[in-house]
Amino acid sequence: MDAISVNKISKSYGTVRALQEVSFEVQKGELFGIIGPDGAGKTTLFRILTTLMLPDLGTATVNGLDVVTDYKEIRRQVGYMPGRFSLYQDMTVEENLTFFATLFGTTVRENYDLVKDIYQPLEKFKTRRAGKLSGGMKQKLALSCALIHKPSVLFLDEPTTGVDPVSRRDFWEMLQRLKKQGITIVVSTPYMDEAVLCDRIALIREGQFMGIETPQEIVNSYQERLWAVHSNKMSSLLAELRTFKGIQSCFSFGDVLHVTVIDDQLSPASLKCFLVKEGHADVEVYPIQATIEDCYMLLAK
Amino acid sequence: MLILFGMPIVQIILFGFAVTTEVQNIRLAVLDSSNDQATTEIVHELKANPYFGSVMYVHTTEEINKTFLENKADIVLTFEENFQQNLLHTGSASIQLLVDGTDPNMCKILVGYVTNILAVYQQKYATSENTTIQINPHVKMLYNPQTKSAYNFVPGVMGLILMLICAMMTSISIVREKETGTMEVLLVSPIKPLYIVFAKMVPYFVLSCVNLATILLLSVYVLGVPMSGNLGLLVAISMLFILVALSIGLLISTVVDTQVAAMLVSGMILMMPVILLSGMIYTIESMPVPLQYASHIIPAKWYILCVKKVMIEGLGIHAVYHEVIILFIMAFVLLTISIKLFKDRLQ
Repeated sequence: MDAISVNKISKSYGTVRALQEVSFEVQKGELFGIIGPDGAGKTTLFRILTTLMLPDLGTATVNGLDVVTDYKEIRRQVGYMPGRFSLYQDMTVEENLTFFATLFGTTVRENYDLVKDIYQPLEKFKTRRAGKLSGGMKQKLALSCALIHKPSVLFLDEPTTGVDPVSRRDFWEMLQRLKKQGITIVVSTPYMDEAVLCDRIALIREGQFMGIETPQEIVNSYQERLWAVHSNKMSSLLAELRTFKGIQSCFSFGDVLHVTVIDDQLSPASLKCFLVKEGHADVEVYPIQATIEDCYMLLAK
Repeated sequence: MLILFGMPIVQIILFGFAVTTEVQNIRLAVLDSSNDQATTEIVHELKANPYFGSVMYVHTTEEINKTFLENKADIVLTFEENFQQNLLHTGSASIQLLVDGTDPNMCKILVGYVTNILAVYQQKYATSENTTIQINPHVKMLYNPQTKSAYNFVPGVMGLILMLICAMMTSISIVREKETGTMEVLLVSPIKPLYIVFAKMVPYFVLSCVNLATILLLSVYVLGVPMSGNLGLLVAISMLFILVALSIGLLISTVVDTQVAAMLVSGMILMMPVILLSGMIYTIESMPVPLQYASHIIPAKWYILCVKKVMIEGLGIHAVYHEVIILFIMAFVLLTISIKLFKDRLQ
């Protein structure tokens, strides 16, 4: 049995269609990523799966339980970490953890093993108020609180938004460890670089899933010719390449531009030649492997 | 929007009609031991006055007390014995005016009306009989001999403060959880919404009881308001009223989503009607009938009545059971509605 099964879920807010016939399955013990920009419908999907909202159409089950009719039982079995920091800011770290353990009818000691790795760096701040923690610490505490009742499915809505890169990496390492303990994890993120750390990912845009595959499959399915281009005048380069015949799209990726080429006659050398003629110096053009972000850009077009 | 356009309408109507210092439909009781021509004429004059409504006759002093306790009359006139004889022989006679002193404003107005009418009668008598007479009204304020205004406003303020604090605090505390997102996490837990509601109410109930104690201590020891009745009864009724106020706060929190809205709604919707329609400042009896009916749904009105009766007039449970039952029903209905409306989902 799948841990989560979603069948043609739709949800609208007035005329805004937040989710349109979304379907997917998540297997037990899988780390499933939902990747998409802000406003794509990620949070709505999480709220439906955690029984906080009712879908307009479609059905969904978590651990075989229907999100509409069996919502009370689901609430017992899942852990949820909302996108916004949602703990009691004026309670201390320890009080928050104890509070959430009590809420689920358990104790911190009973399930301490599960949260030990995550909670340990917080131990020395346990008398500090939750609102006074740093971003990364807050995330750790929120995750601890979501885990303290030993959920079988964990929903994490943008857990790393607003967190520094080091804490983000730590956080994903923690998720990998939790996965090893057999917990099914559904995580959403706007960061493409985190996508590769998931077992399978779904790219979501404007309420629709654009594909559900492993990160590798998504990258492999990328058929376009992709080059990285660099010169000393990056801003004018972007405008020039976008109007260049034979180039389908051009986006800025860090300090280089990624261009997809549709003209088979064009080669990196000839493009470089052209750019030098246009007055650019230090021009570099070379073919590259597509990343998840390139795939997303392609699908999102 | 509703507040923006609704408030001026409500306030104009309330201030225009409710906030009149006129007293109408005064219920008069007369103890006439002489029952002669002069007394009948005076009662007639009073009856003919548009401000006076009904007139009833009582025959003993016990009956006078009864009419006040049962709230059947606003003012009692007691003519001295041989009223007309005294007028004829000595040129002066006296009348005792008994009024309920717990509302000093109303007392002054009532006494003013009656003395005016008496003066007019004296004038008439003088012109027809060609002799000057002197009618001496002796005013006696029951329950509040010194006409201290604290006697009136202490019950009013108790009603107002308890209502505001309880309702505002509960609604804000629940709405704050919605705003900070903690409600989201609370809902995705096996805890029953009923427990969330009670967990929110209990601390504010305790806090309100502390407030109640402070107000009572201050009014008795600083303002010198008597504690004539049973303290236990007063506290019990106050707790019932606190429960009503908490339920209102709960109800507000189920319909609004931001702390600011909760504050506005409890401030505007609760404070204005409580001040205007609870009888705290303006006498309910002199309001137009529709507003009198409107005042029935204000819990503070019933509570203030109870406090006046128990604390100042020193009456027992039999005098307030009517009000207590109404408060009970209000608490029950409000609590049921708000628990029903408390959503265990977002949206």
